[in-house]
Amino acid sequence: MTATQSRGVARIHAAFEAAQAQGRAAFIPFMTAGFPSAAAFPALADTLLERADILEVGLPYSDPLGDGPTIQRASEQALEGGTSTRRTLEAVRELRTRHDTPIVVMTYVNPIYAVGPREFMRLAQEAGVDGLILPDLPPDQDLEIADLAAEHGLAVTFLIAPTSTPARVKLVAEACTGFLYAVSVTGVTGAREATALNEVPAMLALAREHARVPVAVGFGVKDAGTAHQVAAVADGVVVGSAFINAINHGQDVAALVATIADGCQK
Amino acid sequence: MTLTLPEYPQPDARGRFGRFGGRYVPETLIPALDELETAYRAAKADPEFLEELDRLLKEFVGRPSGLYLASRLTEHAGGAKIYLKREDQNYTGAHKINNCLAQALLAKRMGKRRVIAETGAGQHGVASATAAALLGMDCVVYMGVEDIRRQELNVFRMKLLGAEVRPVTSGTSTLKDATNEAIRDWVTNVRDTFYILGSVVGPHPYPAMVRDFQSVIGEEVKVQLQAQEGRVSPDVIVACVGGGSNAIGIFAPYAYLPEEQRPRLIGTEAAGEGVETGRHAASVAGGRTGVLHGAMMYLLHDHEGQITPPHSISAGLDYPGIGPEHCLYSDTGVAEYVPVTDAQAMEGLQLLTRLEGIIPALESAHAIYHAVQLAPTLSPDQIIVVNLSGRGDKDVAEVMRLLQKAEDAAPPSERQEVRA
Repeated sequence: MTATQSRGVARIHAAFEAAQAQGRAAFIPFMTAGFPSAAAFPALADTLLERADILEVGLPYSDPLGDGPTIQRASEQALEGGTSTRRTLEAVRELRTRHDTPIVVMTYVNPIYAVGPREFMRLAQEAGVDGLILPDLPPDQDLEIADLAAEHGLAVTFLIAPTSTPARVKLVAEACTGFLYAVSVTGVTGAREATALNEVPAMLALAREHARVPVAVGFGVKDAGTAHQVAAVADGVVVGSAFINAINHGQDVAALVATIADGCQK
Repeated sequence: MTLTLPEYPQPDARGRFGRFGGRYVPETLIPALDELETAYRAAKADPEFLEELDRLLKEFVGRPSGLYLASRLTEHAGGAKIYLKREDQNYTGAHKINNCLAQALLAKRMGKRRVIAETGAGQHGVASATAAALLGMDCVVYMGVEDIRRQELNVFRMKLLGAEVRPVTSGTSTLKDATNEAIRDWVTNVRDTFYILGSVVGPHPYPAMVRDFQSVIGEEVKVQLQAQEGRVSPDVIVACVGGGSNAIGIFAPYAYLPEEQRPRLIGTEAAGEGVETGRHAASVAGGRTGVLHGAMMYLLHDHEGQITPPHSISAGLDYPGIGPEHCLYSDTGVAEYVPVTDAQAMEGLQLLTRLEGIIPALESAHAIYHAVQLAPTLSPDQIIVVNLSGRGDKDVAEVMRLLQKAEDAAPPSERQEVRA
């Protein structure tokens, strides 16, 4: 592996290690690029980056079938505001001028295929993206994407779910180069009234048998309490819809970020 | 028991039709798709399942549907004989019931009590609700609010049958968005829910399974044409394509025959206001390869991969993609796909209604129009079979509205009495 190939992977792993050294799970907030508007996104990202160990930026897509209504509406709003693949990557490039925190981009496969996988990876690399999260790409569907990402120094994260069989967990875990993303529930993204995390420990135990990378948990983490529950068993905590809901309801996002980040203490 | 489900050479072991198809879905669903594939394979080889399906297709659906020589339409077109495969004679009014009953039976066999479905024109929703009522299962149907407006009567039918119709307001509020919502429901409730997918789209094994369940259409044509004309293959088969389930049902039994025995297979795509206007649903003529709803296929999307809203006069064809097997047929020349506009479909509808007393669904009217155009280029000893995928009851209110609008727009001297 050359230095270029390991760049994103190394930076992401370092972020997890730094958090662990402080007795925390890595805090991984998510925000849709271009939300609530293209103009307001950078300041919002700055707020998240004040406490983020890794920032997950959503590249808005018209048909995000792994997402619940909150992120879907945020994506629609961003697209209506003119956010595109190139503008999303420009926003990441701009954040790079102020922050050194690793940034991963979450996107569906169609925008990647539409631009062309090689061209997409090149653009992402140039913008300073460290990794990709691909919710509708099981790793055995397209081996080219992971190879091209590696060629461009990007880490790749695939997902496992409570329904994953041991064989699937092994396959997915071995394919991840950034971190492994364990979905806490059978369902789509979204803060839930009651988040049942009872399936998480067993899933993580299975994942750790095979993963050579840190394991983060997401879907349904909405407050300090659920973040703390997840932090007790995972290396990282992903939180998305809760922040978008806060913005939609005019709540103090910085305060929510601080509370949830504090909740990631082990 | 006379029913067997065919084994076709496609898809491959990974669920791909050439470069199309696959399983681009959240990981949560992969085990469910594996489970479905296993259950489907077992059912396909189980005489008890096939016997029950065969009995229902005959006694409940009313199969075989007729193969009808449309002599007045043939005379009007002047050329090849036009036969209609009468899927409009099926109980619930379209070919959709073949697939729904089969999938619901499979769901029951798998121990699922709850089924979900998406619907555009409502035919698949009505068929799913019917199958669920028959087999005593809970049923939820997702439908875009725009389609709920266009297909009020079918919405009421579903409710009467005991199904819950969930309005979808996201995106364009049509079939594509209803499909997204159905997939989200399935991701959430995958452990006790069976998703009855309505066309030859979606992740593997759906495109293959739906094709197999619909291939009864083409298999019947072989037998009926042999009896009526002394030959198994017509010269041409025409069928409308949105997702493409009725078309694949009549194409597949012929598509894998040696080239010299294969009829010309023609799919009519919804060209809406014209492919050049951008207001259409013609995925082959106006789309590029992309991924939607779990499969790689020809797709209407912009240069950055955002899905562009399709348009068709017919809610059932108003879908931005086309099944992966059709994409392969198109690439390999096994079938041709031709665009037919809204206005041409209206012409086809009126023509068939006046000449044969059959009001076709707006979907099927696309195929009728093209067959009438094609017939004069062929000789009278040649045969065209049109798959009349459904009847037009669901569309009459919309047709009345459109004809009234056209009449109002025409200058007084050109006005015709369009209402019967």
